[in-house]
Amino acid sequence: MRRYSTHNKRKRLNPVLLLVLLLTASLTILLGRAILTTDYQTERLGDDVAQFQKLSGVESPVTAVLLNFRGYDTLLEVMVLLMAVVGVWSLTQAPFPGKPIEPGPVQLAVVRLLTPLMVLFAFYLVWKGSSLAGGAFQGGAVLGGACVLMLVSELPWIKNIPSRHLRIGLLAGPFVFLGTAILCLILEGTFLAYPQGWAGSLLLLIETACAVSIGLTLACLFAGGRPKDDLSRGRKR
Amino acid sequence: MITNLLYSFGGLMLFSMGLFALIACSHPLRKILAINVMATGVFLILIATAYRQIGTGEIDPVPQAMVLTGIVVSVSVTALALILACRVQETSNHSLIQRKKDDFTRTGT
Amino acid sequence: MISFEGQSWIILPLILPLAAGLFCFLSRRWAFALSLTAALGNLLSIGVLLNQFLDTGPLTYNVGNWKTPLGIALRIDGPSILMLLMTAVTGLGITLYARGYFAFRIAVPKRIGRHERQERFFWPLWMTLWASLNGLFLSADIFNMYVTLELISIPAVALAALSGKPASQIAAFRYLLVSLLGSLSYLLGVVFVYKTYGVLDLVLLSGKTASGAGMAALALMSVGLLLKTALFPMHFWLPPAHANALAPVSAILSSLVVKGSFYLLFRLWFDVFASAVTEPMVNILGTLGAGAIVWGALQAIRQKRLKLLVAYSTVSQLGYLFIAFPLAYLDMGTHWGTVAFMVLAHACAKSAMFMASGTIFLHAGHDRINDLAGVRSYIPVTVFAYAIAGVNIMGLPPSGGFIAKWLLISSSINSSQWWWGIIVMIGSLLASVYIFRVVSRFFVIPEGYKVPDRRPHSPLLEWPALVLALIALLLGLIAPYPLHILETGNSLFSMVSPKGLPL
Repeated sequence: MRRYSTHNKRKRLNPVLLLVLLLTASLTILLGRAILTTDYQTERLGDDVAQFQKLSGVESPVTAVLLNFRGYDTLLEVMVLLMAVVGVWSLTQAPFPGKPIEPGPVQLAVVRLLTPLMVLFAFYLVWKGSSLAGGAFQGGAVLGGACVLMLVSELPWIKNIPSRHLRIGLLAGPFVFLGTAILCLILEGTFLAYPQGWAGSLLLLIETACAVSIGLTLACLFAGGRPKDDLSRGRKR
Repeated sequence: MITNLLYSFGGLMLFSMGLFALIACSHPLRKILAINVMATGVFLILIATAYRQIGTGEIDPVPQAMVLTGIVVSVSVTALALILACRVQETSNHSLIQRKKDDFTRTGT
Repeated sequence: MISFEGQSWIILPLILPLAAGLFCFLSRRWAFALSLTAALGNLLSIGVLLNQFLDTGPLTYNVGNWKTPLGIALRIDGPSILMLLMTAVTGLGITLYARGYFAFRIAVPKRIGRHERQERFFWPLWMTLWASLNGLFLSADIFNMYVTLELISIPAVALAALSGKPASQIAAFRYLLVSLLGSLSYLLGVVFVYKTYGVLDLVLLSGKTASGAGMAALALMSVGLLLKTALFPMHFWLPPAHANALAPVSAILSSLVVKGSFYLLFRLWFDVFASAVTEPMVNILGTLGAGAIVWGALQAIRQKRLKLLVAYSTVSQLGYLFIAFPLAYLDMGTHWGTVAFMVLAHACAKSAMFMASGTIFLHAGHDRINDLAGVRSYIPVTVFAYAIAGVNIMGLPPSGGFIAKWLLISSSINSSQWWWGIIVMIGSLLASVYIFRVVSRFFVIPEGYKVPDRRPHSPLLEWPALVLALIALLLGLIAPYPLHILETGNSLFSMVSPKGLPL
């Protein structure tokens, strides 16, 4: 504690830090001025969104933008999530304790009660995403929460999930999304142009697959590394 | 209009505070947190942008979708950064705090 | 029902590596075959695109059939097709080299698990990185470009840390922080743009008039991209990150990744916000570029390790790209020409250099320059590739580097800014010092030198580097062709009508 405070004290006297403080303060002022002088554009993309809402297959404008009008962004973003997991897996193995700890009765009861509820709620969020605030990311976050709950209660089977299953789960969202996009390319002639009348159901399919993958992604990020059996499979030598 | 400006300036303050902390703090965890604070600031400004006009009650959904994208990116990057930082602490005898000169000159394939 | 129209080729450079990346993560057995297929398919589709482009001019593709203010547009014009071509050729070379590199390392019984792990994660990361680079060059939407930038930096950081050595992980952590800071700054700029103009499309933006907030946006985006491009003095993260990575990764980072953010920066300054750019602004960038040339070269001369030398050479070479800013500002019309040559030549030459350094490291077991005498006795092709790439970096004729420097100097005389030309010449002189310093060691075989037993290796470890170096060398001979492509392409941003809408 004492070392910490002296550390801080030395910092405050540093002239370089003062300079940095001055610079960031002036940056704030400059940017603040820029915000104040912005003449607000009345024409926004929001008007176009409202105009084409009916064609998008969903009622919620945010979901329409996210998955239809700017669906390409979301496709890349799902890839970003996957790459984070690949990156984490390439760095280290998941640090599971060697001995499984027997979870207490209260903990077990909580997990047993809450997990199904959370999963149910996650899919409700995905389902509702077409008309209200909700969707793959919100649902995926709840699903991820359920997975994390199971992870922290150290259920014995959790760490024995084969890495192949995890991979398939992680890839489900990107595969379905990219596959649908390519299917659109083949059927409609344009990447990510959903066929007329099918948009709603295709979006729901994509959202469901993505929610599962996002939930798993978050759990894998929380676990903090690749599963143990990740390299023992594959080529024999 | 006032609410909108309040959000914008709040976001701007967060961005600058994060920037300062990123430069000033040497601990890797603090640096990651500083980046997160900056990201929150940007998202706050973005959310303020979604606000359109008094009375119409409409909001622009495009910035909201952008915020969602940004949050997801920020989550995944934070996770990667945290695990990378942990990894560095584990594998090297010295932490990121006291960096030695030879880190810059040592090479390997 | 099935309709694969001619315009759909534009999406293939994105889909192919992306799908390959997904499959590589699923199954390791087919990873290389899949990646190679994607690389070849990518090259083919870019060839078709180039053909279409030369026939009909700039191409626009609305993703999901949504027209531009609402949807995202992909666009191809001269600069972007050249960038795609550069990525396709260099990427193919790196893919082949990586195969040879990992096969060689896995053949050593020591630490086989680690090497297999590295290969297994290399392929999905590299394929996705490639897809997002292609996405960046294709995209014409500033927010979509933010997402591609992030999708570039995450695999790039993971790749930089792949070697598992503490030094590389420290470097990767610093790289991650810098690139996050850059992304956030860029994103804040995008927010300002959207606040001010209400659109995100590049062509629509290029028709708008600049305002105070627009300038703030440009400044924020530029700072972010400069950090990612590692312009002096923001280059501090680059040499350790590039030098400590695995050799194929160093080649990817040094020849392709920094070019992505540079491309976007140049596009913003000279195509989109061209009306807002003033002379002092370009002179600042030019000065920093001059600093980068001299400082990077001096540091490269001082280095004792081969890979660090090559990494500092990248810092120096990036400086030339920024010298082009003040020249392009006064000598408008040819602005993409110089930059494109520099980028193309540097991508091929630098990847060849990193590959050669990696091969030397694998065979010699170290990369201390002073102890590398006699290397050419057992890996002659690699040493030859290094020397040829060096010719390019120095800028001797007939290399692409020569043409780039020639264009820089002639443009500095045309616009009566001779001082930039002098910097270019000083840079070339310094470059020849650090290139010759290494090459002279390679070719000297000391007395009593006993040729060590060469471990057998696949030709993939040596030949891709040589082919890339030769491409860079011959680029000078076909100089008119890329310039022709650029002339066809510059019409995209001049197609904008006064109202700010594309015709």
